[in-house]
Formats: sequence, structure tokens, C-alpha cells
Amino acid sequence: MTRTRNPDSESESESKPSSSSSSSTGMKLIVPLQGVVQGRGGILLGSLIPCALFYFLQLYLKKRRRSNHNNHSSNPPSPSSSFPELPRTPSRSNLSSRGSITRARLSRLASTISDDDSAYYVGLNRASRDPYHKFSNPDGIIQLGLSDNTLSLDLIGDWMQKWGSGGGDDDLSINGIATYQAFDGVDELKLAMADFMRQVMGRSVHFDTSNMVLTAGATPAIEILSFCLADPGNAFLVPTPYYPGFDRDVRWRPGVDLIPVHCRSADNFNLSMTALEQAYAQARKRGVKVRGILVSNPSNPVGNMLTQDMLYNLIDFAEDKNIHLIVDEVFAGSRYGSEKFVSVAEILDSDSEYIDNRRIHIIYGLSKDLALAGFRVGVIYSFDRNVLAAARKLCRFSSISAPTQRLVTSMLSDKRFIQDYFETNRNRMRQVHDEFVDALSKLGIKCAKSSGGMFCWADMSGLIKPYSEKGELELWEKFMSIAKINITPGSACHCIEPGWFRICFTTMSLEEIPLVIERIRRVVEVCKSSS
Amino acid sequence: MGIEIEKSCVVELSNIAVSNTHGEDSPYFAGWKAYDENPYDEITNPSGVIQMGLAENQVSFDLLEKYLEEHSEATTWGKGSPTSFKENALFQDYHGLHSFRAAMAAFMEQIRGGRAKFDPKRLVITAGATAANELLTFILANPGDALLVPTPYYPGFDRDLRWRTGVKIVPIHCDSSNNFQITPEALEAAYKEAESMNTKVRGVLITNPSNPLGATIQRSVLEHILDFVTRKNIHLVSDEIYSGSVFSPSEFVSVAEILEARNYKDAERVHIVYSLSKDLGLPGFRVGTIYSYNDKVVTTARRMSSFTLISSQTQHLLASMLSDKEFTELYIKTNRERLRKRYEMMIEGLRSIGIECLKGNGGLFCWMNMSPLLEKATREGELELWNEIVHEVKLNISPGCSCHCSEPGWFRVCFANMSENTLHVALERIRNFVDKLRASRF
Repeated sequence: MTRTRNPDSESESESKPSSSSSSSTGMKLIVPLQGVVQGRGGILLGSLIPCALFYFLQLYLKKRRRSNHNNHSSNPPSPSSSFPELPRTPSRSNLSSRGSITRARLSRLASTISDDDSAYYVGLNRASRDPYHKFSNPDGIIQLGLSDNTLSLDLIGDWMQKWGSGGGDDDLSINGIATYQAFDGVDELKLAMADFMRQVMGRSVHFDTSNMVLTAGATPAIEILSFCLADPGNAFLVPTPYYPGFDRDVRWRPGVDLIPVHCRSADNFNLSMTALEQAYAQARKRGVKVRGILVSNPSNPVGNMLTQDMLYNLIDFAEDKNIHLIVDEVFAGSRYGSEKFVSVAEILDSDSEYIDNRRIHIIYGLSKDLALAGFRVGVIYSFDRNVLAAARKLCRFSSISAPTQRLVTSMLSDKRFIQDYFETNRNRMRQVHDEFVDALSKLGIKCAKSSGGMFCWADMSGLIKPYSEKGELELWEKFMSIAKINITPGSACHCIEPGWFRICFTTMSLEEIPLVIERIRRVVEVCKSSS
Repeated sequence: MGIEIEKSCVVELSNIAVSNTHGEDSPYFAGWKAYDENPYDEITNPSGVIQMGLAENQVSFDLLEKYLEEHSEATTWGKGSPTSFKENALFQDYHGLHSFRAAMAAFMEQIRGGRAKFDPKRLVITAGATAANELLTFILANPGDALLVPTPYYPGFDRDLRWRTGVKIVPIHCDSSNNFQITPEALEAAYKEAESMNTKVRGVLITNPSNPLGATIQRSVLEHILDFVTRKNIHLVSDEIYSGSVFSPSEFVSVAEILEARNYKDAERVHIVYSLSKDLGLPGFRVGTIYSYNDKVVTTARRMSSFTLISSQTQHLLASMLSDKEFTELYIKTNRERLRKRYEMMIEGLRSIGIECLKGNGGLFCWMNMSPLLEKATREGELELWNEIVHEVKLNISPGCSCHCSEPGWFRVCFANMSENTLHVALERIRNFVDKLRASRF
């Protein structure tokens, strides 16, 4: 039976509707015919006849399809809108993204990626197609699902206006930066970055440039580390809820699995070592090779910090199991609360004799702490010579653009500016955070205790019905369509308790808080009235 | 825990981390080492190793510098508005700046003399062509599958197409009997070879103009390659990174032109890679693109490009420069002319020594035939000769075996990354070496 099906359609995620229904139609024909035709040749004929009918049906359908897409315009076809990101254009009469015409197959990975419809990405897309603007689109979707920080962007803008065009001592022409540079970053930037990280993580920590590999953002940094530390099919343990992007960075191309270690609201979503031990043991029982633990500190999406004790526990755990520990500290400088931040680098610095630092790796970048997401500046910091050697070779696929390296070096070297930025930003973040969390609590929505990051981790479990992922996603949809705000549902972060949402507050000004609260109130009222 | 802990329990790394598919351990890497340890400098180190193994374009750098000096708004975001600075700094949308994509598409059209149209919405940005080729491989093939690549090919493909992807390269053998052109027989033979290894072929990857040959692929050959991939129902990736470095514009035919002539029938299996590293001599900027006629590939590639985005600052700078039609026209024309001059100087110089090169018409290098000088017409013989050239003549050139050439004795020699003086010095050294070699043989 399957011999007559077009083999290319088998692995297409969007297969022709006709082929799947034809095969089942064919099956339905065989059985009654077998009963009808008796005798020696009965079963044979009973199978052959429907096969033949089926074959001719397929031929007919193929011919019809072929004649449909012989109408071509001479302009290059514009991409279709079958995928959310691409706008529909009138000229696309011929090409489509449906499997019927795309005969040359794509890889399994490509299917995984194009099928990825997590709420995180869907939300971002919908918001970007109807973006709120105070004057030109006041009813648009307010984007609170992207952890960007615009609170202190004016300071960045001022600095760039003054120094970003060659006005200073540095020569910002292209002399010396056009040619091939070291793929893992130029020395000047590494030096500036080492010093910047020292300021951010804690004044006592010393960062060595020879332990640094610079990458085009923290996103490739995580991916490259995953490629270095684990083989496809291996796994990292990761406390939940976690940054949805990890699913992309660790799973897609490195093929490394993420095993959730569930954290509970009762613990303010702090990691429990018991849960970690259990998750590890269960993985081993299933025959999965755990290669490391991946944590973010400050945590995304909760915004809490790992205590010094917890860091020591994690290091001991990693040592005991002989696995790696990756700490993503991209939000290290985005702190507003009272909890103390301890970088794992600080512990390694002070306890270097007792701890084998080769198993510990730090991820950093400038997208959050300096709001330079567009410039693509990330860091892998590791003490393992072999990891560094491999990462250096791999970052040729993700290097920082040379003119940007020069500009950023200049910015990071302006110590006074950096200090000013951090002080101002911290105050503004604290103000907006405190006021927003307060306003939310007046609506009956409590947030987890957080001291860092750019978001509140809000408990909306009282508003969902049923108390499940389904209920949570329905609430998410209400926020999108009624309140017109994009927030991230906890299920996208693999949170085990339904009803929690990540709301980024760093793209709101103080003045905009009432507007956002008002929109949230709309949803709260709808939920209350329907219960 | 005592003071001295045993650091013997080393944490394991992945297979990828410890493998050598990155190719940096191959024998010809010794040439780079020799250069790094003793780099030539016209004044401070005139007897050092001259780097002729790096395909970098420095012949038209002055044009870029001049443009940026006269158009400082390219680096200052318009009339210096802080709003646009800060918006640019935060902009990390993987679609890329629309102005940048439009400018790239227009630039690619200009290079092809307007004979093909490019829709900016089909452009996916990547941090260099290296990332673009790898990304496409991830999308078009599963680990264990194969891409067919004509030999000789750019040594970096062994790493870019195979290392993290787990995809294999099956060579399409080309030889000097027909100037290393790709024949239908060679295509079929490569396909059959893959089949005999139980390996699924997912596509053909060509470089046009070719690296290391420095020659464009003829229209008729492109046509039959396109027919071949259509017949086998596989993909075609055309790396056109040197398209703007063809000496005479009319001699370059892009696969895009052929598709346009065919009314884009079966176009969704074709993908073009481009970059500014060679034509514009800006490899440090990390600017590459994938242009695909396949919607799903565009969408998937865009999502995957999160790992390899171009800095928004760079996009802005280049958008401004590349949309200046007057400048780009002048640049393309001048660059072609200067490269042609260099090439001819190289060819003539070698011919006067009695060394022939493949007839080339583009790129930053020539494909030199030293097989008459080999003691043994084998790979070992070639490496022996190469060793002498690197260590005694002090020229780092690339041996054909590193490009998987099936005929020993061919070498790729880059000429665009040095001054004309240095080129003369290099030619002199070759002359002295060859004269000595010939004398010692008689």
C-alpha cells in the first residue's frame, strides 16, 4: 500500500491532506472486497483491485496538482504567510510552503524548529505585528514578554551620541578592523570585559582574559558550551521554571536534553538539593547520561538569587557526580533588591585550592546589563583549557563584528559612564519594580520574591480555571486578546505549578504602570465574573 | 578535604570538542604556523614568510576608507539622534534591519548587473558565510547524510559543513583534462559513490566563482547541475561569495539568473550564500547572508540565525553604505579592475618562470600548476615540494591536497592581501627557487 504514496510526503510536517486520507480510503476498500471475492485468487484480487484504484487516484491527483502550480510570475515569489512571521503578499501565486510543492526534503532538525510553536515565540510574534505605541497605536499589544531594559537606554543613547562616532580618543574608522580578527574576540575587548565583569560581579573577583571566549551574544555562548560539554542524547539538569530560550540553545543543534528539576512556590522556587539528587538518580535509572547542571543566577524567570550555600552545594554535587556546572549570570548587573548576589566566580576565586574549577563555566553578555542586545556581545568564561580550545574554534561561527568590538571596548572603558549607568539603572529598576509589584498585589496578584532580573514572577493561579496548563493558556490568551499585553505563561518556562506568569517590567516607564495595571484589571474582572 | 586535592578526575568533554574535524591539525596548518612565527614585513622583516594562503581582499580598502570619511553619518546614525542610537543598540530582531536587507539585496542585484532580482524578505542574515554554509547544512541534511561538493574545494568546508552537523562530504571529482569543470558523469559517479556507502545525498554545494580555481562556472554547466538536482530531488547551494570579484562582469552567471530564466520552476530547492568578506574586504565585520527560494528554509534559517546574528551597529553602517548606488557602482568597477590587474601580474610573472596557471577570471587567487616540478606525481611529492616552498622559499601557499584535488601538483596562491611590491618579491623568490630546482635536476 505504502509503495504508491509519494515518499517525500512522509516526513513533511505539512503533508498533503489527500495522501493521508487516500491511504485510509484504500484500507477501507480492501477489507469488504476481500470478503466479496471468494476463491484462490480472492485475497489477491481483493488487494490488487483497490491498490490499482488507489494508484490511479494518486496519479490523477498528482496531475491536477502539477497543473495548478504551472502559473508563474516573472518576479521572485515572496515568502508565504503559512508561518506566523512572514506577511502574505499578492504575488505568491506559485510558491507555497506547503509540502505539496516543496519536494526536496529538509532535515529532521528543520522540522523541529519550524514546528516550534511555544507560547514564548507565538506571543512575541503576535505582539510584534500589533505593537503598542502611545500615539500611533494606543490599542496595540504591550510587549511585556521580552526581557529588554529600556529604563536607562537614554544614558546609552547620550553616550553614543557623544562618543560613538569617533569624537573621542579612539579612532573609530575602519582602519585595522576590516581584516580577519581573532574569532574569539580582540584582546582590547577581552581586557575591557574582564574589568567590567569584575565591577559587576563583585569588586574582589579577578577575571583572566585567557579564560575568556567572546561570542555574538549569550545565546551562541550557551550553545557552544553545550556542544563542548555533552554529546547528542546526553542531558543537563535544569531547575524549573527556566528561560524558554534554553530549549532552543541546548536542544536544537547540540541535541542535548534538558531534565527539569522542579522547584516549588512553597520554597519561593529555590532549588532543593533533594530534588536535584532525585532527578539525577531517575535519569541514571532511565539510562540517560547527565553531563551537567545548568542554572541561571539571578534566575530567569523568577528573579531570585542563588545563595552562597546553594552554590557550594551545587559545586559539591557536580564534583561528586563528576559533571559540569554552567552558571548563566547574564542578569548579574541587573539587580534592584536586597538579596546579595554571589557570583560563582567569587567562590572559585576565594577557594581555588579546594575546588577543581575546570568543571565550572560561566555565561555572560551585554544584552541585559548594558541593554546592548543588538550589538551581540557574549562571554564564555571557563577554566578548562580543553573547553576553551574547543570553544575558540567553534566561535568562528558566532564572532562579534569588529567595529562593534571597538565601540564596546570604548564604552566599557569609560568607567565613570559605567558607574553612572549602574547606579541610575538600579534606582530606576527598583522604583518601577516596587511600584508595579505593589499595584499588582492591590489587584490580588502576588509575586515571588525577587531581587534581580527584569521581571516579576506573578501568581495568577487564582484566576485560572481549570487549575491546569490548559487553564493557564486560556488565561494567557485572555491577556493577549482582552488586555492586549504579551506576558509569558509558566508552562513555556516548564513550571510545574500552573498559573504563574513572567511579566517583564523594564520596558515600562513609571507613568505607564497605571495603563498596564488597568489592562490587567480588565482580565481579572473577566475571570472573577465568569467564576 | 586536605589542602592538596587530586586533580586527576577530569570531567569529560563531548566528542565534538575532542574530535579533529575542525581540520586545524592537518599538515598544511604548518604553513600558517611558519607565517605566524616569522611574518614578512616589507621594512622590518623582508626575509620573513609571505602570506599567500589567506584569501583576503585588501586592494580596494582605500575606497571604503574614503567613503566612510566623507559620509560620517553612516557611523553616526543619522543626524546624531540619541533615540536612533538606543533603538539600534537594543534591536536584536533576527529578521535584521529592513534597511540593511534591502541594501544587501540591491547590492547583490548590482553585482549581477540587474540580471537577477532579490527580494529582501528572502534574505536571512548570519555572522559570515562560514555560519551561513553551516546553518544551511543543518537545515538541509540529517547527521550521516551527505552533500556532494566538486573538488578541488575550499578546505574550510570540511569543518563548516561537517563538524557540528555530522554531515558527510562526498567529492565530485574534477580534473585538469577539462579545466576542472563539473561534468554530468562526475555528478552521477559521486551520487553513486554515496549510494554505495548507504549514504543519503541531500544536495550539491558549489562555489561560483570557484575557490580555489578562481574561475566562474559556465552557464551550460550550471544548467546541467540544476537539472541533476531536480532529477535527484535534492538541494543546490550556490556559494557566490566571490561574485563581486569576477574581473569581467559578463563572465559571471549566477544560478539566480538561470532560475529567473526558468520562471522559478523548481526554485525552492536552490539556496544562495553571500558575504561581504571577500568582495568588500570586510571579513572582520562578520556579514553573511542566505538567500533561499524556499519559504520553510527562510523561516527555519531565520530562527536558527539567533546563534549568529550581525551586530545592529554594523547593519546600520552597511545599510547606509550599500544603498549609495553611486559608491557601490564605483567600488565594484574599481575592485574588479584592480583584481584583474593583480591576477595578470601574477600570471605573467609565473609564465615567465615557465609555470602555468589555470585560466581564471575571478576571485583572489590563482590555481598554479607545479606538477612538472614534482619528483613524484603523488600527494607525498606535492607535500614535499610544498614543505620546501614554505620553509625555504618562505611563501605560505595552499597545497592542492588540502583542497582535496585528485591531481597532485596544484597550488592555490592568493594575491590580493599584499602590496604590489610584496607580490613582486614573492614572484622573485619563486623564480629563484624554480631556477635552482631545474638546475639541480640536470
